[in-house]
Amino acid sequence: MAGIFQRMSLIFRAKADKTLDKYEDPRQTLDYSYQRQLELLQKVRRGVADVATSRKRIELQANGLSTQSDKLTSQAQKALEVGREDLAREALTRRSGIQQQLTDLQAQHAQLQGEEEKLVRASQRLQAKVDAFRTKKETIKATYSAAEAQTRIGEAFTGISEEMGDVGLAVQRAEDKTAQLQARAGAIDELLASGALDDVTGTQKDDITLELEQLASTSDVESELTRMKTQLGSGPAATTQAIGGGPTAAIGGAPAPQAPAASTDYQGQPNVGDLR
Amino acid sequence: MIVRILGEGQWDVPDDAVGSLNALDDQVEQAVAQQDEAKLAVALSALLDEVRSAGTAVPDDQILDSSLILPDVGSSLADVEALLAESADGLIPG
Repeated sequence: MAGIFQRMSLIFRAKADKTLDKYEDPRQTLDYSYQRQLELLQKVRRGVADVATSRKRIELQANGLSTQSDKLTSQAQKALEVGREDLAREALTRRSGIQQQLTDLQAQHAQLQGEEEKLVRASQRLQAKVDAFRTKKETIKATYSAAEAQTRIGEAFTGISEEMGDVGLAVQRAEDKTAQLQARAGAIDELLASGALDDVTGTQKDDITLELEQLASTSDVESELTRMKTQLGSGPAATTQAIGGGPTAAIGGAPAPQAPAASTDYQGQPNVGDLR
Repeated sequence: MIVRILGEGQWDVPDDAVGSLNALDDQVEQAVAQQDEAKLAVALSALLDEVRSAGTAVPDDQILDSSLILPDVGSSLADVEALLAESADGLIPG
C-alpha cells in the first residue's frame, strides 16, 4: 500500500526519529518526551476550555436573538392592533433577519459541540497514553542499557509521537475553528450593541417600540381630549364626576420599569484541572 | 495492521481486510488527484467505515505505532494536501 497514507505515517516517524537523534543517551529522550506530553495534555485541556467558552458565548447570543425574535413578533401584533401595518411589516422583516442569524448560530453551535466532544475524547486518550508511557519509561530506564534501550524506546516513542501529532492536530483545528467563529460572534455582538438588533438587555428602546409608545400616548391624549370635550358639552354634572373619578389611565401605558442591564460578557471560564 | 484515523484513535485491522481497504484508498487518491472535494468526502467516509467495521479499536492505554494513518472524515482537500505537504514542523512538538 504505497498510497498517500503510507507517506503520512512516514511524516510522523521522521519527526520522532529527529527528536530521538537529539540525545546521545536515548533514555534522556524519554524524560524529554514525557515533559512534552504533559505540556501537550495541558494544551489540549486549555483547548477544551476555549471551545466550551466559545460554545457558551454562542448559546448566550442565540438566547438573545431568540428573545429579540419573540419581541418583534409581539411588536408586530401590537402594531397590527393599532392598525399600523407598515410598522408590523418592519418588525416582521427584522425578525426574519434575526431568524437567519439564529439559524447560522445554531449551525455554529453544533460545529463547536462536535469539536468539543472530539477534544474531550482526544484528551482522555492522550491521558491514558501518557500514563502508559510513564510506566514504560521507568521500566526501560531501570532495566536496559543505553544500547538496548534504543530499540525499546523507538517503539514506544514513535507510538506516543504519533498520538501527540494526532492530538496536536486536533487542537490546532479546534483553535482555527474557534477563531473563525469568534470573529463572527464579535460581529453579532457589535450588531446587538449598535441597536440594529436592539439591545437584548432592554436598556435601549428600538424605534418600533418608540413609535408604538408614541402611538399609545397619542391615543391617550386623544381620548382624554374627547373626554374633556364631552364634559364641557354636558355641563356641571359631568364636572363633579371628573373631579371625583379623576383621570387615571394616562400613566398606565408607560413602559414597565426596566430590568437592570445584565452583562452580556461571558463569565463561565471552566476550571482546568491539575495535570497529575 | 494498526490503522490510525486522525482525531479518532487506532484500529487493529486484520490483514485479510487490507485488500478491500486498498480499493477504497485508490478512490481517495483519485479524488485528491482530481481535486474533487465531493468525491473525496464519499471515498474517505467509505474507507473509514471499512476500517471501523473490519478492525477492533486499540485500547487507550496501549502505545502502538500505526502502519497507516488516515485523515478524519471531515477533512477537506486542503486538509489532506496540507497533511501531505507538512514535513518539517508543526505536528509534533519537539
